[in-house]
Amino acid sequence: MSDATLHLHPEVETSHHVHADEHDVHHHKQTFITKYIFSTDHKTIAKQFLITGMAWAVIGGLFSVLFRLQLGFPDQSFPFLEDVFGHWAKGGKISPEFYYALITMHGTILVFFVLTAGLSGTFANFLIPLQIGARDMASPFLNMLSYWFFFLSSIIMFSSLFISTGPASGGWTSYPPLSALAQASEGSKLGMDLWLVSMAFFIVSSLLGGLNYVSTILNMRTKGMSMTRMPLTMWGIFFTAILGILSFPVLLSGAVLLLFDRNLGTSFFLSDIYIAGQALPNEGGSAILFQHLFWFLGHPEVYIIILPTMGIVSEILAIYSRKPIFGYLAMVGSLFTICILSLLVWAHHMFVTGLNPFLGSVFTLLTLLIAVPSAIKVFNWLTTIWRGSIRFTPAMLFSIGFVSIFISGGLTGIFLGNSTIDIHLHDTMFNIAHFHLVMGVAAFFGMFAGIYHWFPKMFGRYMNNTIGYIHFWITLIGAYLIFWPMHYQGFAGMPRRYFDKSSWVSFNQFADLDKMITVVTIIVFATQLMFLFNFFYSIYKGRKSTVQNPWNATTLEWTTPIRPGHGNWDGEIPEVHRWPYDYSKDGRDFIPQTEPIGANESVEH
Amino acid sequence: MVSDLDLNRTNETSYKESKKDRMHPHKFTMWIAIASIIMMFAGLTSAFIVKSNKENWVTVDIPKIFWVSTAVLFLSSLVMHFAVRSFKQREMSKYQLFLALSLLLGIAFLVLQWKGFNLLWNDEHVTFKGGGAGQFLYVIFGLHLVHVLGGVVALLVIFLKRFFGRIKNYNVVPVEVMATYWYFIDFLWIYLLIFFIVIN
Repeated sequence: MSDATLHLHPEVETSHHVHADEHDVHHHKQTFITKYIFSTDHKTIAKQFLITGMAWAVIGGLFSVLFRLQLGFPDQSFPFLEDVFGHWAKGGKISPEFYYALITMHGTILVFFVLTAGLSGTFANFLIPLQIGARDMASPFLNMLSYWFFFLSSIIMFSSLFISTGPASGGWTSYPPLSALAQASEGSKLGMDLWLVSMAFFIVSSLLGGLNYVSTILNMRTKGMSMTRMPLTMWGIFFTAILGILSFPVLLSGAVLLLFDRNLGTSFFLSDIYIAGQALPNEGGSAILFQHLFWFLGHPEVYIIILPTMGIVSEILAIYSRKPIFGYLAMVGSLFTICILSLLVWAHHMFVTGLNPFLGSVFTLLTLLIAVPSAIKVFNWLTTIWRGSIRFTPAMLFSIGFVSIFISGGLTGIFLGNSTIDIHLHDTMFNIAHFHLVMGVAAFFGMFAGIYHWFPKMFGRYMNNTIGYIHFWITLIGAYLIFWPMHYQGFAGMPRRYFDKSSWVSFNQFADLDKMITVVTIIVFATQLMFLFNFFYSIYKGRKSTVQNPWNATTLEWTTPIRPGHGNWDGEIPEVHRWPYDYSKDGRDFIPQTEPIGANESVEH
Repeated sequence: MVSDLDLNRTNETSYKESKKDRMHPHKFTMWIAIASIIMMFAGLTSAFIVKSNKENWVTVDIPKIFWVSTAVLFLSSLVMHFAVRSFKQREMSKYQLFLALSLLLGIAFLVLQWKGFNLLWNDEHVTFKGGGAGQFLYVIFGLHLVHVLGGVVALLVIFLKRFFGRIKNYNVVPVEVMATYWYFIDFLWIYLLIFFIVIN
């Protein structure tokens, strides 16, 4: 059926307009505004999320380069910093206030704006309708609103970078009382209010998106696409959306209470405070209450970041190994288990904030249990590529890199999840190493894999492979060079967030190591700019995609025209007859999901 | 907007082709949104419970006017129920009447809530000072009020579209989605009021 559609249309499409005209779903006229700005097409919205996320990634990444300059070279001055940042870097040295603003915004930007909105926003929007066989999302309008709330939130957060007192600087967790009292620090003044308001809009955006993802996946699947015939990307995104829907509102309530405390004089989180020699009238509040509200989102949040990439990587590993995914149902089950457990472990971030030791042991148990589904996933990924005919494309390399980094970062989670060992490791560089590897770098690898893999579907062209390989190897080696040494620093007790550790004898020994980390950070950052160049250059000048299904994949998105219009399929939406992982089966390289089960097929799915 | 209409139609056909008895995606979306709103209030009310076990917890007397507003909101939901029924029976003038009535009762609820807040603030001197039940009341009831306000705006849009719109739409889905939300904020309110009375 899909073949028939294919022959009705030229395989190479030179202009989108030609294509739009022969499209029977969207024969209306589109202006630049309705097509690219206020578009309700899920594919355009996905690209909007992706490109906004990229802009944020550059800002957030640049911030890490700046504070690494301070950490690597605390006694040197860089005059160009003063030229750019003025009084924030007087004499070419980053000021303490600026340093805290940089680390806070680095965390906020990367966690929320890049790896939540940029990642889920891109792949959920782009892939859900294409992979389940729908014309668009359940509500294209809500979907558009979701992006524009994200944009509004972005503008507010971005503007906070330019105010005289600077952006929020109490850490991405924004614990009160530091974040609640304007007199506590420069960053707790207007910057903090903007942070909270921006986050409120961000949450609205993320909820509108999540609602759509869940109801689209559950309600809009094409004929034959049962839940267990969905590609694992869909399952990853599905559980991500559920987590977001259940946990983001709780952060919203925390943010509202904090806004009240800051601006209206309530004492939800404040009690018995002396600041600058003055006693505050606030009484009866509890700062730990905020931590509970924050981490009830904050912990699921790290899974909101990693689950979509787990789905993406599962899909890509199978495609480029030309083998079915190993243990499909185990993969779905482990995603489900991670989803449930992630809602029950938030207090492991609070082991040293005065938690009842008995509660601590319960949370330790639940936390360590996450190792089980994680190990199942790693085992299945490795078994999937085992003895496969691997095609080492950039997408595949990044997926294998994902598994490597996820193992390295995940193992240290077993240390940190243990409430007794955490007493020593809490808030040290060990922790930084752990979470950057397991959810930061790993999620980026998954995202890169996804971009390289679906780029032909997004833009009808390919990205440059050579730059892709350089990008992969420098990023992989760089990531290990940056974060591996931090484990040793953490074991030695070196704290995170400190501005200048050079006066401590016990941390002096790491001065050269810190220099090395900083230099590698700069190289890796430059490499990402190269990736961005590759991305944007390839949109316009990349090698044209001339085949509908360049990777010989089985899933539905590759049955659409090379440059699909709004509505995705020209004729009827294809029907699905099998699961998405029929690779190397019965002597055939792959069998698309749209092909009916043959009479003599060996196993039926 | 034309594109939306087109697309919705094709969406609907494909959805009808495959699942005849399934819930409409928009209705389903509303239910998930409701789950999300419940989580927010669950967060707030659990914060309330945690704090109410601490020392120096200050309770609050709920003004009687909140009982009146409860009755008004309940009545509004009842009227909404009749509105949906008339819509389904294609009795459009009745539907319009009930819709307007429901809208007015919704606005009345907002006014009564505002009066309640004023009573608390001026007569019982419960201000934003402190972190007890009174302050939680302002935040929790206030956020509920914002949700009712959103519902009132949506009702107004539906009503105006019905009254002035050139195209008469007989699709029951938007009305049912609206009604679901309206019943939900009613239930939510009753839960919150009982919660405050019991835990306080």
